[in-house]
This record gives sequence, structure tokens and C-alpha cells, in this order.
Amino acid sequence: MSDTNTSMVEKYRNNFLKEVEANVEEGEWVKMCMQCGVCSGSCPLGPHWDHPPQELFMMIRAGKRDEVLESTSMWMCTSCYNCIVRCPRELPITHIMHGLAHYATRLGIEPKNQPTRKFAQLFWDNLARNGRVNELKLGISLYFMNGIVEGIKTALGMAGIGMGMVKTKRMNPMEILGGHTVKDKKGFQAMIKKAQELEAARVDN
Amino acid sequence: MATKEYSFYPGCSSQEGASSSNYLKSVNTMCEVLDIKLNTIPDWNCCSASIGYCGGGELPRLALSARNIALSEQHNAGQDIVATCAACWLATKETQERLEMDGDLMAETNQALSEAGLTLKNENKIRHMVEVLIEDLGYDELGKHVTKPLEGIKIAGYVGCQTNRPFGIEGESFENPKYLDKFIETMGAEPVEKYDKKVSCCGGALAFSEPEKSQALIKDIIEAAYDGGADMIVTPCPVCQMNVEVYQDKINAKYGTKFSIPVTYYSTLMSVAYGKSGKEAGLDGQIIPAKKLEDIAGK
Repeated sequence: MSDTNTSMVEKYRNNFLKEVEANVEEGEWVKMCMQCGVCSGSCPLGPHWDHPPQELFMMIRAGKRDEVLESTSMWMCTSCYNCIVRCPRELPITHIMHGLAHYATRLGIEPKNQPTRKFAQLFWDNLARNGRVNELKLGISLYFMNGIVEGIKTALGMAGIGMGMVKTKRMNPMEILGGHTVKDKKGFQAMIKKAQELEAARVDN
Repeated sequence: MATKEYSFYPGCSSQEGASSSNYLKSVNTMCEVLDIKLNTIPDWNCCSASIGYCGGGELPRLALSARNIALSEQHNAGQDIVATCAACWLATKETQERLEMDGDLMAETNQALSEAGLTLKNENKIRHMVEVLIEDLGYDELGKHVTKPLEGIKIAGYVGCQTNRPFGIEGESFENPKYLDKFIETMGAEPVEKYDKKVSCCGGALAFSEPEKSQALIKDIIEAAYDGGADMIVTPCPVCQMNVEVYQDKINAKYGTKFSIPVTYYSTLMSVAYGKSGKEAGLDGQIIPAKKLEDIAGK
């Protein structure tokens, strides 16, 4: 268990709702949920979630801290925003799902093997490096995120699609040598670092 | 009509050798015909799309879009920011809205931006290219430039998620937006009526991480287009375009279907209808060739 997680458990004791309101993006909205279930019924991958949004909201109020933060559910959000536009109480559900996933990561208790968790982290690392996404490197790191053997299998399975992309000039094998980048990389990275520091200070206090 | 000028945020997928470089090609062609000048935001960065939330918390993500808006204010002063990518538009607009509502976040964002020597005023409008076409030009103007009507092509207008929700296009409904169908009609083609997967999700970024679950969604989107008698699918979103086009072989192998339906952008249609060549319309970027458009472009 990470230090931040331990200190958060101590700080909020049995009041998980309060913890979510204080630390999760848009978390102050959770208590507004009236349990109608429209979000759960509107979710494209909803049938695959152990706990659809409506249930997560009730679990937060019921103090089921570990079950919520360790859940794979919110990692299956496709960001389609169906739930947001249909919610009669206008909760920013998509953002709360992202917020819960990020908060679990910050505490180090996220489901480590959930594939979208891995991909989302790869995506962030990829863009934070040069300021712009390198699709080739992102694709390769995605194929190999479950190890070398699995990676070779996935890469071979995807070779047809890759060739199609290269032939139509929608993928460039030369991107492996560096690829697109912002010019002011130094300023860009300093900005991200500052934003991360400011945010960490807010959560830790 | 006088040239219209906008500050342009092209986004990662439109870069040379990236997955929607053909979108940018057709957008440039379309804009030339419509006398729209796009001034690219110098040194723009990734918006982190809707999948950056694992490593990036709220503030770092807001800082990304804030940097783009600040650069736009500095170099393209007073111009509306226009994005062609659904995720770029959404992330930038979300940032603008959230910073407007929350003074503390705005102050912290500016603190982070100062590390890159930038300040944010957050005053310009953030718009999707589709809004520019509908609101600043209008369907009549768009129709005036058609020299080769796309007669005899039936097209499913697949709007998808993020060009439609949560912001959407003014005056359109979330459940059944009509603008893409109107574009299709304006270009002389026939839209599929009651295309019931029009605003369904293709899985977005999860097509990479949860391929089987996403391909099941994509299968339904394509099937509904065939059910409506479509020859092709058109979309305003780079992720929709890629997901619906490139996995058709995989879906066929798994489900025993025989899908082979081209998926293009609205700007591809418009470029062809405006009499431009297949290359100028970005048709050489199709993995599944859009034969009917090629034929018209070649005439």
C-alpha cells in the first residue's frame, strides 16, 4: 500500500464519500445521483462492467472504498458521453469515471492488469515525452504491453492492418526514429511538471 | 464572399504519416474551395484525447489544452479556434469551460503555463469545423460549389460520439442529429434514412485495448449501414473513421460477415463533389477504396 493511500485512509476514516468529493475530479457531484440507472443502461460497454456508474455511486456512499477504487469498471469507459447527456441530474459521469480511475492510480491501488489502464498510461507517457503522440511507437508499445511472446503474436495478427496504414501513408515506419514533436519541448515539459506538482500538493493536503 | 480566417488546431492524428492525414488533406482541399483560411497554431501539442486520464490528472490535462489556446491567443489573436478532430475539439472546449467556471483552476493553470512563458486569457471561441460549415457558411453556400453531384450513392451518416456529445452542434439533438445527412444531401448523394447506429459508440480508444468488445460495437455500426442500403459510410471523426474502416477483415473472420464498406470523411465527399481529384480529396488514404467516389472524381 502506498504512503498516500495509507494517509488517505487515516484522514477520511469511514467517510469515503467525503474523500471522493475532496480528491476525485468532479467528485462533488456523486451525492446528486438519484439511482435511476439511465447511465448504466446507456453505456456501450456497460454489460462488461462489474459495477456500472449508478452502482459505483451508491458504493461510494456506502463506503465501499476498496471495491470501488480497485474495480476494473471505470477503466472500460469509452468516453462516449452518452451517460452525461442523458443523466436527469446532469452529473458529469464520464469525468467522474476518469477521475476515479486517476485517483486509484495516484494511490497505487488501480487494477494493474486491466488493458485500458495499461494503454491509457502508455498514451500519457507517449504524449508527455514529445508533446505530440507518436502513433507508431504507441502501437508497438501497446502490442508488447503484455510481454514479448504475446506482443509478437499481437503484432503478427495486426500486420495486415499495419501494412494497409503504411501503404496509404497513414502510418510512417520512420516515426520509430523520433517522429513528431513540439519545438519548445523544454517549456512543455516544465509546464506539465508544474501542473503535476500543483495538483499533488492539493491532494496531499 | 470575403475570406474567412480561423486559428487551426489540427491535432496529432492529422500529422504527416499519421492515421488521419487523409482527413487533413481533404479539409485543406475543401477549405480552398470555400475560401476558408486556416492559420495553424504554431507549436501546438496533444490534447491528451479522452484516454490521457490515467497518467494525467485534471490540472496537467487542462494545461495541455490551455497551452494551445494561449499559443492561439498569442499568434492568431482574436480568431476562433477550429479543430477537425472530435477529441481535440472536445478536450479544448472542455478546458475552456472548466477554467471559466473555476477561478482556482484558472490561476493554477496560468501558473503552470508561465513555466512555458505563456499566459491564458481564455476568451476565444472553440469550434468544430462542422460548426464553421453550418453556422458561418450555411448549407446553401456549401451547395453552390458543387460541380459533380454525388448522384446514385447512398451514404450512412455516422456521427459517432464526441462530435455529438456532450456539446454537440447547436440546434441538433443528441439522439438524432441531422447535419451529416444534410451534408450528404447537399452534395447530391442520398442519406440512409433512420440509420439507427448513427450516434452509437465505436469503442473509441478502447478499440486498441479491448479489441473484441469494441469490434462487437463496430460490427453493429456497419451492419446497420448495410441494412439501410448504404454504399458507404461518412463520419466527422478520425477515431470513428479508423475504427470502422480498418477492422472489417477481423470482424469478417470472427463473425463470418462479408463487410467491405468504405468509410470516408464529410470533407472527402465535399472535395469530390467540388470537382477535385481523388488525390486532392484524400481518396488515396482509403484502405477500403471508395470506388464510387473515385469514379466520380475520375470523370
